[in-house]
Amino acid sequence: MAESDNIVVETAEKIFADLADPQEINNDKNDSWQAPLWQALSEAGLPLSWVPDDLGGSGASLADGFALLNAAGRFAVAVPLAETMLAGWLLAQAKIASPEGEMTVLPASPKDRITLDADDALSGRARGVPFAKAAKHFAVLAHGKDGVSIALVDATRARIEPGLNVGYDHSDTVTLDKVQPVAIKSAPKRFDKTTLMLMGGVARSLQIAGALEAMLDISVRYSNERVAFEKKISKFQAVQHNLARLAGESAAALAAATSAADAIASAKSFDDEVYLEAASAKIRCAEAAEKGGAIAHQVHGAIGFTMEHILHRYSLRALAWRDDFGSESHWAVELGKLVANRGADELWPLVASR
Amino acid sequence: MTAALRFDPIRLPEECEQLRKEVRAFLADEIAAGTFDPHKPNREDTDAPEFSRRVGAKGWLGMTWPKKYGGQERSFLERYVVTEEMRVANAPTRRFFVADRQSGPVLLKYAPEHIKMDILPRICRGEICFAIGMSEPNSGSDLFAAKTRATKTDGGYLINGTKIWTSSAHIADYMIAIFRTSQPTKENRRHGLTQFLVKMKQPGIQVNPIRQITGQYEFNEVVFTDFFVPDDHVLGEVDGAWKQATSELAYERSGPERFLETYYVLTELVRAVGSNPDTRSAEGIGRLVAQLHTMRRMSVSVAGMLQAGKEPVVEASIVKDIGTVWEQQLPHRVRDLAAFVEETATNRETLERQLDFAIKTAPKLTIQGGTTEVLRGIIARGLGLR
Repeated sequence: MAESDNIVVETAEKIFADLADPQEINNDKNDSWQAPLWQALSEAGLPLSWVPDDLGGSGASLADGFALLNAAGRFAVAVPLAETMLAGWLLAQAKIASPEGEMTVLPASPKDRITLDADDALSGRARGVPFAKAAKHFAVLAHGKDGVSIALVDATRARIEPGLNVGYDHSDTVTLDKVQPVAIKSAPKRFDKTTLMLMGGVARSLQIAGALEAMLDISVRYSNERVAFEKKISKFQAVQHNLARLAGESAAALAAATSAADAIASAKSFDDEVYLEAASAKIRCAEAAEKGGAIAHQVHGAIGFTMEHILHRYSLRALAWRDDFGSESHWAVELGKLVANRGADELWPLVASR
Repeated sequence: MTAALRFDPIRLPEECEQLRKEVRAFLADEIAAGTFDPHKPNREDTDAPEFSRRVGAKGWLGMTWPKKYGGQERSFLERYVVTEEMRVANAPTRRFFVADRQSGPVLLKYAPEHIKMDILPRICRGEICFAIGMSEPNSGSDLFAAKTRATKTDGGYLINGTKIWTSSAHIADYMIAIFRTSQPTKENRRHGLTQFLVKMKQPGIQVNPIRQITGQYEFNEVVFTDFFVPDDHVLGEVDGAWKQATSELAYERSGPERFLETYYVLTELVRAVGSNPDTRSAEGIGRLVAQLHTMRRMSVSVAGMLQAGKEPVVEASIVKDIGTVWEQQLPHRVRDLAAFVEETATNRETLERQLDFAIKTAPKLTIQGGTTEVLRGIIARGLGLR
């Protein structure tokens, strides 16, 4: 996705450049950058991009929001922007208005399940919930005897065991024990946990693709500066071919993620074709995070292995994002089952349908 | 960002899907009539002249070219659909594939009008086969080391030298080749090569078969001895072939044939594991399908850029690099996953026979039409590294 394709991305990139410069953030040992960044994003209406005006949001299109997430990946933004966007989107599916402030969604893993009892109270445990500790509210997908519901929950009502993911961002365990939600409504027909996981997975895919674009960019730049054996390392064929492979991984991630985003943005329902797109994006972007990130580190050598250098802000986050909303292993098994179930002669028609 | 690689999510327009149905119906009829067996990619004889004529009669050859040369003036995306459906069906496209993809567009751009009027309609009718004369015994990836000479004589040139690895030369009616018309200069080592149209099956051309490790015979050594080529068969600028070669590479490198060559083993694996696969098979198939889908989306994206008149040389090189490495690994991954397929699977023998052939095919995929190393060099140049 090109930079500055639309006004939402343009606004976001300006804010990121001013307040989320990776080098400045990396030098800041007490996280004093977080509050001004969040404030600027909120004032621009970005965290509630996917919430319609009448539900308290800024009513941007799905496509614009996806482009925004790709841009956030290019800056390795470490505030709950994607999470609040997803939470607002989830609540809007049930026409629940979004409150102000940071939010996140639960469950954030296909393995976890929140249940709704007869008194409209929510119970269950969700692991690996991104930014749960920073969130004021949770958007919750819950299963009750009458089907799937969507609820808004006050974060102070939950028990939170803090944790960190591979990228040093909060990834917490949230336990609800008969919690009364602020608001709860039935989910739309055919909206289920898989829908939420696919949407979250595409969000993460776009962030990974953005991080890989940035890793390619800084790796190319570094190779053109660093001198070894009396020449720039970019002049060594071995280094050139590694960077060409990184470009390939970055391109594959970008293509898979933007294709899936486009598929969701123009889909009427989450059918097999959207499933193929979204699951493939998460699988392929996760693979690219591993292969591409390894090359970026290889090109940087020891300096890229230090906390002082910005590379880890991208490489580790891209690896961490693989785990959210279903890992590539999870989606590969599910996609493989879907393909097998449709039968051998239906594989090509499915691939060609996109 | 230094590297502004673009892969926009292009969707094939409605008319492509209608066309796809027509192509599938046509291929189903051909299979039913016994023209070819889609489960047998390892045919001994891959030349199918009658099939070629019938594809031509459908209007599917030279379909993007002007109508006055026999073309259909259809879009590059429509051609894409025909190509991928033919490839997935394992249709015998050898006779027309090179002419349609590569030789025709070169003639369109550089041949004199009377030659275009003569040859292009015959390509469109599926009547003639083309070969490409690039590599020589001592010049493969290093195209500009070619030594086969074209010496000026009355009314044309005399050709002396040898081309090698020339696919289809034994059945080809024409070859588009590069020959040396003068020596490279100090400033430009690429100077001095000229592109020619060569009429095959004439005295002065000897075609010697070379058998490949698959057991098939598709490429050749072609020896020219005082072979005469008339002046009007020069394509483009004398000594300036290097200016003409690069822009066509995007067409040659980004098509569906660059990741679908061994696709059939994946279909057969899915058939073998059945509708209720174990976790290991499901995960393996899921990953392969995700990778395949991603490459196809990249490839369609490049096709869309070509249709829009752009020259996405770097993006096309990325598609070929990733695509050919993938199709090369595919038979080995399928072999891994097939290790625990039930003895009772009805297509077990078919799968094993296909794997045997695909594993033998695999080494060539990252060599033909631009090696992985050459492609990564082009990508590196695009990144500003050289």
